[in-house]
Amino acid sequence: MAKVTLTVNGRTMSSECDDRTLLVHFIRDKLGLTGTHVGCDTTQCGACVVHMDGKSVKSCSILAVQAAGSTVTTIEGIASQGELHPVQAAFNQHHGLQCGFCTPGMVMTAVDMINRHGGQLDEQTVRHELEGNICRCTGYHNIVKAVLSANEEMHGASRQAAE
Amino acid sequence: MYDTNYHRASSVEEAVKLRSSQDEARYLSGGMTLIATMKQRLAAPSDLVDLRHVASMKGISVEGRKVRIGAATTHAEVASSSALRAVCPAICHLAGMIGDPHVRHMGTIGGSVANNDPAADYPSAVLALNATVVTDRREISADDYFQGMFDTALEEGELITAITFEAPEKAGYAKFPNPASRYALTGVFVAKSGSGVRVAVTGAGSNGVFRVKDLEAALLANWSAESVSSVTVDASQMMEDMHATPDYRANLVKVMAKRAVQAAG
Repeated sequence: MAKVTLTVNGRTMSSECDDRTLLVHFIRDKLGLTGTHVGCDTTQCGACVVHMDGKSVKSCSILAVQAAGSTVTTIEGIASQGELHPVQAAFNQHHGLQCGFCTPGMVMTAVDMINRHGGQLDEQTVRHELEGNICRCTGYHNIVKAVLSANEEMHGASRQAAE
Repeated sequence: MYDTNYHRASSVEEAVKLRSSQDEARYLSGGMTLIATMKQRLAAPSDLVDLRHVASMKGISVEGRKVRIGAATTHAEVASSSALRAVCPAICHLAGMIGDPHVRHMGTIGGSVANNDPAADYPSAVLALNATVVTDRREISADDYFQGMFDTALEEGELITAITFEAPEKAGYAKFPNPASRYALTGVFVAKSGSGVRVAVTGAGSNGVFRVKDLEAALLANWSAESVSSVTVDASQMMEDMHATPDYRANLVKVMAKRAVQAAG
């Protein structure tokens, strides 16, 4: 058993778990944050994507003890003061989901992608970057639209702020 | 997953000591292969020695043409390194095609080279670049290092700390990815330097990564995609599985070699 302490969505949280406990199970079962999903359990589907120290990772393929001391952001942590994150708002506006199971991972992936590319995103890049996330409903078209729209919103907004 | 005991090392010495104190211990780098294997109960190490916090094993340094990539450097870091891109863009291109963005944020070059999966990308680069595998106790040349499928020259408990190489004049990598797993169905890395041409193939061989001497000779005589056409690649050494026949893989070696030469320029 290990005591794992993480900063999750800005709050320090601790719990005991087995050394073999996966980060996704720690987040869901010990911390009660069930927005992060387990889709395939074989590192393929991306429903479990969270940010660890600012980078997107598959939380089903990391032990909670590996993440100890890290800063983790989950889908519950990206909206602020009741306002949806621009990526969440874009998924809503463009209907970037049907059943919604993959959506937490898609949204966390999109936020990481937009941050990394600094506004330089086109459709081909978005499609390539989504290779680690599987959606069985939408056929991806509306997801891609939502990501591009959120990218415009986030970088358009930052350009305005800079002016 | 079977139970295991986790240890976090902060130095190479501590990692080697922790590893040697338990018979069934394994090093854990990014864990993108090992954790998945443990989840399937195909591996059951009693202890894991986490290398992600060993500072001396991280980072990329480029001095002139000399490159050193710390073993715990992630694929994402290699793919986005501007210093590395300036001297050897092919290895950045290769790293950017491994797995997916999330896997690239965790997986490391040292982990890939230590595991020596027959369809992993990095072994082809290490072999074609005539790189040196630096460990806690010695330096191993790439030609001596790779010994077959999942088999390497590493001794029990030996830890890769860095990969070093001299940047070539030209290099290129092309892979035909398995559409589901993104592993190389066939990947070819070509490198041209003052000492000659080296061509290494991953994903296709029945015994892991290998060099194709006939392609090397043809490209040394004439560095062009056309000169690949005249070479016959022996299908008898190719892997056969549900994804591709040996003949298909032998053909892919030539097609990928051409694309790699074109990418190298």
